[in-house]
Parts: sequence; structure tokens; C-alpha cells
Amino acid sequence: MDLLDNLALGFSTALQWQNVLFCLAGVALGTAVGVLPGIGPTAAIAMLLPITFGFDDPTSALIMLAGIYYGAQYGGSTTAILLNLPGESSAAVTAIDGHQMARSGQAGTALAVAAIGSFVAGTVATVVLAVAAPPLARAALSFGAAEYFALVVLGLIASIALASGSTLKALAMIVLGILLGLVGQDLYTGVPRFTFGLRELYGGLNFVSVAVGVFGVAEILRNLHDPRTRRRIVSRVTNIWPSRADLRRITWPVLRATGLGSALGVLPGGGHVLASYASYAVEKRISKHPERFGHGAIEGVAGPESANNAAAQTSFIPLLTLGLPAHPVMALMVGAFIIQGITPGPDVMTDQPELVWGLIASMWVGNVLLVLLNLPLIGLWVRMLRVPYSVLFPTIVVFACIGTYSLGQNPYHVLAVAFFGILGFVLVRCGCEPAPLLLGFVLGPLLEDNLRRALLISHGDPSVFVTRPISAVLLALAVVALVVAVLPSIRRKREVVFAEDE
Amino acid sequence: MTRVGRRKTPVAAVTLLFLGLSLAACVPGGGGGGDGGGGEGDGGSAFPEDDIEIIVPFAAGGPTDTVTRMIADPMSESLGVQIVVQNIEGAGGTVAAGQAATAAPDGYTVLMHHIGMSTAPTLYPDLPYDPLADFQTVGLVTEVPMTIIARKDFEPTTVDELIAYVQENQDTVTLAHAGVGSASNLCGLLLQDAMGVKVQEVPYDGTGPAMADLVGGQVDFMCDQTTNTTGQISAGEVKAYAVTTPERVESLPDLPTTAEEGLPDLEVTVWHGLYVPTGTPDDVVATLTEALQAALQDEGVIDQMADLGTAPVETDRATPEEHTSLLEEQIGAWEEVITASQGG
Repeated sequence: MDLLDNLALGFSTALQWQNVLFCLAGVALGTAVGVLPGIGPTAAIAMLLPITFGFDDPTSALIMLAGIYYGAQYGGSTTAILLNLPGESSAAVTAIDGHQMARSGQAGTALAVAAIGSFVAGTVATVVLAVAAPPLARAALSFGAAEYFALVVLGLIASIALASGSTLKALAMIVLGILLGLVGQDLYTGVPRFTFGLRELYGGLNFVSVAVGVFGVAEILRNLHDPRTRRRIVSRVTNIWPSRADLRRITWPVLRATGLGSALGVLPGGGHVLASYASYAVEKRISKHPERFGHGAIEGVAGPESANNAAAQTSFIPLLTLGLPAHPVMALMVGAFIIQGITPGPDVMTDQPELVWGLIASMWVGNVLLVLLNLPLIGLWVRMLRVPYSVLFPTIVVFACIGTYSLGQNPYHVLAVAFFGILGFVLVRCGCEPAPLLLGFVLGPLLEDNLRRALLISHGDPSVFVTRPISAVLLALAVVALVVAVLPSIRRKREVVFAEDE
Repeated sequence: MTRVGRRKTPVAAVTLLFLGLSLAACVPGGGGGGDGGGGEGDGGSAFPEDDIEIIVPFAAGGPTDTVTRMIADPMSESLGVQIVVQNIEGAGGTVAAGQAATAAPDGYTVLMHHIGMSTAPTLYPDLPYDPLADFQTVGLVTEVPMTIIARKDFEPTTVDELIAYVQENQDTVTLAHAGVGSASNLCGLLLQDAMGVKVQEVPYDGTGPAMADLVGGQVDFMCDQTTNTTGQISAGEVKAYAVTTPERVESLPDLPTTAEEGLPDLEVTVWHGLYVPTGTPDDVVATLTEALQAALQDEGVIDQMADLGTAPVETDRATPEEHTSLLEEQIGAWEEVITASQGG
């Protein structure tokens, strides 16, 4: 059995005491940096990458970096849930229901569910990596620009489910997000768009500035505006552990999300971005109580967190089997490979089996360590909500600004936080939700790039979208999703009319 | 708030402590720079007595970033201070260069930039800095060869066949590159010139996605740095035609040069160099140049670069003089190529 041999090799490498130690150090450091408001995995790895340069053993270095990666991801979820401050796009989904749970005194449950879901997803994804990495990577390469375009269209339409209120407002937010995503230099022509002559905007708006603004700062403004909600959180920090009923409720969402996340994570062209959004949309769609989503639905935390962790892990597949980085974090890992004297490419898997399998096995070890490290910490995190607001709010804002500034030492990013904070507050007052805006912001550029790229490759022939089978199926699904999404809102509108008569 | 204040104080303290620790964990990693810790260096007044920041104008993990980090370590050893590599992305590297141009000319802010330094004046007419007037060169670092590659089932197998095939199928073949102004874009322009064709270019957001689509067979051919292509070429995931240097590269000994294959005009390398703002004292520049030269002779650096199909420049090229003359020459050369391509 090749698989067993490989896994045995992997675990014998990953369980060497120094590798366990590096894994633990990575997970702990990642968590510590990830809980800083506004700092997600990419920023965390970029900051901590140099630590590993001095390592003699490339395996230890990569194990530690991988640890930092999912540690930071978990840390990011913690701030998203407690403070409504997502540090990367997937955490923005967790924030929707996670923060609502925190506000109603269930912060501990939300954190525990995130940890448990991530652990299950991580375990399954490790097995997926071990069993099917090479064929999956090959399959993923059949995704070209047309397929990614169709996938993003499907994702955007499904994401209308992200909104718990009006569909029209959700659509408006998605469009606004897409427009914000267009800011910057056009990839294809180099022409700057919506930059108002500011060179600092050539690279586009920074995700963290937008997210920290419309979620975190807007949340603080809202709290200041409405003191009643403040007192409520302080007085009710109870349940730390999920109940048996909670666990039953999250079982299927976690498993579904794991499958979804594992599949999307393999796609090198940005599938991982969709994982948590897709999971949220699916769970809300099939839930018997979709109205609970957006108001603290436990499935809305368990699903996206699991999908995200599964995708994070399977996104290693293109890197390990083909040497192709799927997203910025993996690009940083490529840098780490090179610094360690390993040329990333398809040969790494055969030339350095103990490194590849050690890394895969270490992911599981890292997930165990993450749970062991974080479950006891939940109590501490939750108590953070009891910090008086006169201390907590300024602290959050200061750390958010530090985090945002450290990303590129660009003061415009900090100014953008303030701008989007105010915008976010205005939007919330208007009954618009920030999550669809953020999704549009993240997916808009993907949508445009792939649309234009597909058309360039086809020499202007739009029929590629329907003649390529995967793309055609995805677009058909998108049409179905659109119909399903629009029908109930039409029905509901009638009900509202009746309700107002009373 | 006041009601339960008595119980909350220790919690607040713990939280702040934890946040403080988190911050402490992030600062030495590369966040800050500037006057953070105070020098624990030599204590003398000579340069350098504090951390030096090297600004990389591209994403962490990319080829320029990798080259920078390779030399940062040995440079930091010989200078006796920490070197912080800071990635400032945007606008083809001009955001970073613009910031570096206005940094204090004290040698503590160093810019690593590549061939893009010479193309920016043509690509960005409203450039807020002048590469020659606003910067003092420190020295060249490496000249990374480029390779002409294609998807592995692309019909032609030699450069001759490639030229004939592309000329014949000008309207259908696609040429990938990593975005306007990227090295692969520039090499692609030269390649089209040399072949006498104008084909459909397909830009990607960076070299990783472009390579993914080439390996996946979504696009036909591309010209890219050995730093990105060596692994894929050796594994047979892509087809390689030639390398764009006068001599063959060590890591790909079977790959002919463009000159061998009858394209002597197609000679292009992605040269990298270090810069400081104009006005930096001469002795500071000299110290940096010395440290750079020492780093380029470091066995580890030579090995790491060889793995990527490149090599450090000879010591006599790692000087401000050689660097400046190359920069001047390249600015003129690229202005011609790019203007011609934009003209039609």
C-alpha cells in the first residue's frame, strides 16, 4: 500500500519532536498574530516568513509556515467572531453569524464550534490530500478562464443568500463591492481606473481596509450610536461549550462544508476564496430556518469555518504536486521553498517525499495542536468582551490601524479604514449589509479578469462559456440559483404588503 | 460599565497584555522598521547602526522577493545589523520606487528593483520620480535568464518550428504574460519582434497563474524567467525552446540559447539592482556596495541562485558605475521597443 507507506513516512517525519515543536510554535505564533485586528493569514505569513529562513531543515521550516497559516486563519476567525473584525475574506463570512452569536452571549459556543468544525475539516482534508492529490491537481488544471468566470458568476448569485434582509439591497451591495474592486490599474492595459490620480490607489483598495472599515469600525460606531446593545453583551457572557443539540445541528453542515471546501480549494485560480461563501449559501438554502441566518445561526459559523479550513489545506495540492501556487499564501510558500533550496515544481513530490508527506501529516498534527491550544483559551477570549468599552473600542481601532498600516506601510490604507468605517455605518443605518459588499469586492476582479481572459483566449468568441462543458454546467446552475433566489422574495413582498395592512 | 468595573480590571490587563504580546510577536518579524528597538549593533557612529529596510516592489514569494531575501541574510551578517525586507506592491513597482525616492537619503532605506526600473519611464508617463536623477545605484545583483516555453502538447519542438508555426497561425496562437510591464511581457514583446508577428497576448495577475494556465494547456506559449520555469521544464510539464542569454544556463544544460537557434537579437535578462535615494553619502553607498559584493560571493547564495537557473553578477558588475550604465542603456532600449509595440 503506497498510501500507508506514504502516510507512515509522513507521520514519522511530522512526529519527530523538533517538528512537533516547530508545528506548535507556528500554530501559536499564527494564532497570536492572527487575532490582531485586520491581520489575516497572508499578512501573518509575510511577517513571520523570515523566522524560518535560518532553519537548516526545509521540512521544519515548511511545517512551521503551514502552522502559522492555519493558526492565523483560526486567530482571524476569533477576532471576526468577537469583534466583527475579519482579517481576510473567508473570515468575513464567519463574522456574519459568529458576531451575532457573540452579541447574544454565545461567543464561547461560536469559538468552540469554529474550532471543532475546522478540526474535522482539517482531518478530512488531510486524508484527501494524502489519497488523491495528484489526480485532483490534474483535474483542477482543466479549469480555464471560462470555467472560473462561470464559477464566480455562480458564487455571486448564490451569495445573495448572504443577506438576511432585502434581496434588492443585497444586490446593490454586491454591485457596489464590484465597483470598489475595480479601483486600481487595469491588468490588461495598465490604465488606472477610479484612482483620482493617486498612485497609492494603483494597486487597488486593500481588502483589509475595506473589511476592517465596513465590519469593525462600523460596528463600533453602531455600538456607540445605540448604547442598549452594549449593555446586553456585557451582561450575558455565558455558555462556553456547545450543547449536545448544538453539536447535532452542526454535524451535517460541517461535513458538507468539508466536501465543498476540499473541492474548491484545489482550484488554483481562486477557488478557496469561494469556499466559505459557498458553504454559507448552501447551508442557508437547505436550512429549515433560513431566517435565523444573519441572526446568530450556529450552522452559519460551523459551515464556513469548516469549508475554509478544508480549502486552506487542499489549496496545498497544486503547490505540492505541480509547484503552482493557488493564492498569495501559497506564493509565499513558494518563496520559502526556494529560500530552502528546493525548486518548486512537479518533481518535489518524488524527489523529496519525506518533505511533502511530512508536511501533509503535520497539517493533521497542527490541527490537533490548534484545538488543544485554543479550546482552553476560549474562556479568556470571551472574557475580552467584558473589557469596558471605553478601553476596548480605542484599543481595537488602534490595533486595526497598526495592522492595516503594517500590510504595506501605506498611510492610504489607514485612511481607507476610516472612510469605509463611516461608509459601513451609513450602510448599516440604511439597512444594507456589509457581507455582500465584501464578496463583490473580492469576486469582482476575479469576475472581470476571467471574463476578459476567456474572451482573449477565444479571440473574442463568447460561445466558449457555453461550449466548454464545465463552464456551461456552472452557468446553468447559476441561472437556477437566480430563479430560486428571486422567487421567494417576490412571494415575500406580497406577504409584506399584507402584513402592513394590519 | 461602572457597576462591574471592580471585576473587569484584571481581565482588561490580561487582554492588553496578550494583545501586547501579539504585537511584540509581529514587530521583529518585519512590521515596523525605523526606530523601534534602538541599535544593539556596534555602538559606533559609523553606518550602519540601525536596521536597514530593503523595499521590494513586488509580492512576497515572487522572484524579485526571493532574490532579495537570498542576499539579505549574508548582507545583514556583513553589515552587522538586521535587514528587513518590506514588500510594497503596486503599479508595476512604481509605488515602491516612488516611496523609496522620497525616503531619507541615509542608506537605511534601500530599494531592490529589476528591469522594470528602466521601463517605467515609458510605461508610466506621469512617473513621480526619475530613475536616473532621483536614485543612486548601489550595484547589480543578478541577471536572470529567460526561457521561451510552451504548453507541452504545443506542436512545434524547435525554435525554427516555433517561428514558422507562430507566423502561420498568427491569428490563433496565444501568448501568456504576467501583466503589463512584467518581465514576461517585455520578453514577449521582443520575441514577437524577433519573429515578426503580432499575436494575441493574454495577461495574468502574476507569473504563478500564468504558469498554471500554461501547464493546464489553456494558453500556447510564454517567455518567463528561469526562477519560475526551471522546475516545470525539468519535470517536462512545459516544453522549452531556448534561453535568452548569450550562454547556456547550468541548471538547464540541454536548452540552447536564442543565438544558437538563430535569434541573436533576442537577448534579454531580468537584471536586478539595489538603489538608494540620491543624496546618500558616498561612504554609505560604498558600505552597501561592499556588503552586496560580499553577499554575491557567498556560497549559499551562489547555490540558491544556481538552483533557480541564475547566478550572481561578477563582482565588477556589482558596482554603481556598471549599474548606472546598464540602467541608462536599458531605459533607451525599452522606450524604443515599448513605443513601437504601442504604435501598432
